Amino acid sequence: MAEKFINIKLKIWRQKDSKSAGKFEEYPLPNVSTDSSFLEMLDLLNENLVEKGDEPVAFDHDCREGICGMCSLFINGEAHGPDRGVTTCQLHMRMFKDGETITIEPFRANPFPVIKDLVVDRTPFDRIMAKGGFVSVNTSGNTQDANAIPVPKADADKAFDAATCIGCGACVATCKNASAMLFVSAKVSQLALLPQGRVEAKERVMNMVHQMDIEGFGNCTNTGACEVECPKGISLENIARMNREYLKATIVSE
Amino acid sequence: MSNHGMTKSSVGRKILMALSGFFLLFFLLQHFSINMLSVISEDAFNSVSYFMGYNPVVQFVLQPILIFGVVFHLAMGIKLDMENRKARPVKYEQYNGAANASWMSRNMIITGLTVLAFLGLHFYDFWAHEMNEKFIEGGANSFANGGNPTRFFHELQEKFVDVWRVIIYVVAFVLLALHLLHGFQSAFQSVGFRHSKYTPIIKKLGNVYAILIPLGFIFIALYHYIDQLN
Ligand code: SF4
Ligand code: FES
Repeated sequence: MAEKFINIKLKIWRQKDSKSAGKFEEYPLPNVSTDSSFLEMLDLLNENLVEKGDEPVAFDHDCREGICGMCSLFINGEAHGPDRGVTTCQLHMRMFKDGETITIEPFRANPFPVIKDLVVDRTPFDRIMAKGGFVSVNTSGNTQDANAIPVPKADADKAFDAATCIGCGACVATCKNASAMLFVSAKVSQLALLPQGRVEAKERVMNMVHQMDIEGFGNCTNTGACEVECPKGISLENIARMNREYLKATIVSE
Repeated sequence: MSNHGMTKSSVGRKILMALSGFFLLFFLLQHFSINMLSVISEDAFNSVSYFMGYNPVVQFVLQPILIFGVVFHLAMGIKLDMENRKARPVKYEQYNGAANASWMSRNMIITGLTVLAFLGLHFYDFWAHEMNEKFIEGGANSFANGGNPTRFFHELQEKFVDVWRVIIYVVAFVLLALHLLHGFQSAFQSVGFRHSKYTPIIKKLGNVYAILIPLGFIFIALYHYIDQLN
């Protein structure tokens, strides 16, 4: 597709810090290349703001190649914007029309408070991971080589698919209930499917779900919005698996 | 291991919502089958209704279980919805819900509460009346005396003379259909049943159930209304 230049209007949530009240500000931005990514477009805006001596818009980003999960943003009513299977850094301006007003908001959820402008605190995910998103290994030198344990190809594929979750939080942001089930279920699944992870499967699902609840995420009602908006295509199948694992753990441990 | 119990954890309560949903789906099917008899044969409808109304096991075991199931599903549904609202205290300025989820799945509380409002009328119409006849009023129709086994058909028909009541019933069943279009397949997902071969079949079966059963109830209401028009 040939490069074009469009003029857009941005409506962006500005908030000084976590304590201050925020509000929307509007910024016209002319001459945006349709080849630029969404974050490059925001860079352009920030250059203009800095030149004028204004405070640039704070937003999260790191790798800018769709693998770290750091970029966020709720764009025109959707997490990571209108495209499918992409993070915001992989979203391109060709998805937008000349003259369009683009609304940019931070991810909204009680456990994800705004730190500044469009940056939110996603450390609840870290605390959930710390409750069991790992395999405890005794590294005394006696550990068996992981490759020596045969794993059925189908299980390995499913575990790998679940492991592609980058912890971006789009599932929470998009869910009408601000539920974190897709994220947690991906982390539970990637380990529950493999022999090394089975050992601690029961404790893992109970503890991670418990932490998820403590953080104040909402309850899943199976709308399926998370699966649609997830940049990595994490399947609802993982949530079903987590529910199964949970049921098993509850029945067996009592 | 932190096991904070089925009724306290989000996943546990989701499973309980599904189980009570399954129970109500089963009950609805049974209720529908009996009502359908009223269209086919007055006598058959009367005798089954009499059995349901005066059999001690149905009255004192099954009925309390049913009431518990309804109350549990409703109370838990409302509680979960309130928690979900709290999980996002600051709303989005722009939220394109239709981009990624069906209207039915996003509005279970609305369809559910409408069905609840209807249940109020329905309980007033039939259940309260029955309880009064059987346990309060005394006389021939009391539970102890066994009552008149042929009264049920007429009592049913009386309810469908008033056109407004018929309209309320029809609207309630449309909302019930919307509720079931999401609820049926959602319950399977909640208990962890998901299979590449069976889940598509369950979804189709759910759509058939969600449309046919409410449509059947609408048919029954209209049948009795039209039957009494002249
Ligand atoms: S499940 Fe998808 S949307 Fe949710 S955190 Fe993982 S990658 Fe992001
Ligand atoms: S910046 Fe790393 S995924 Fe977008």
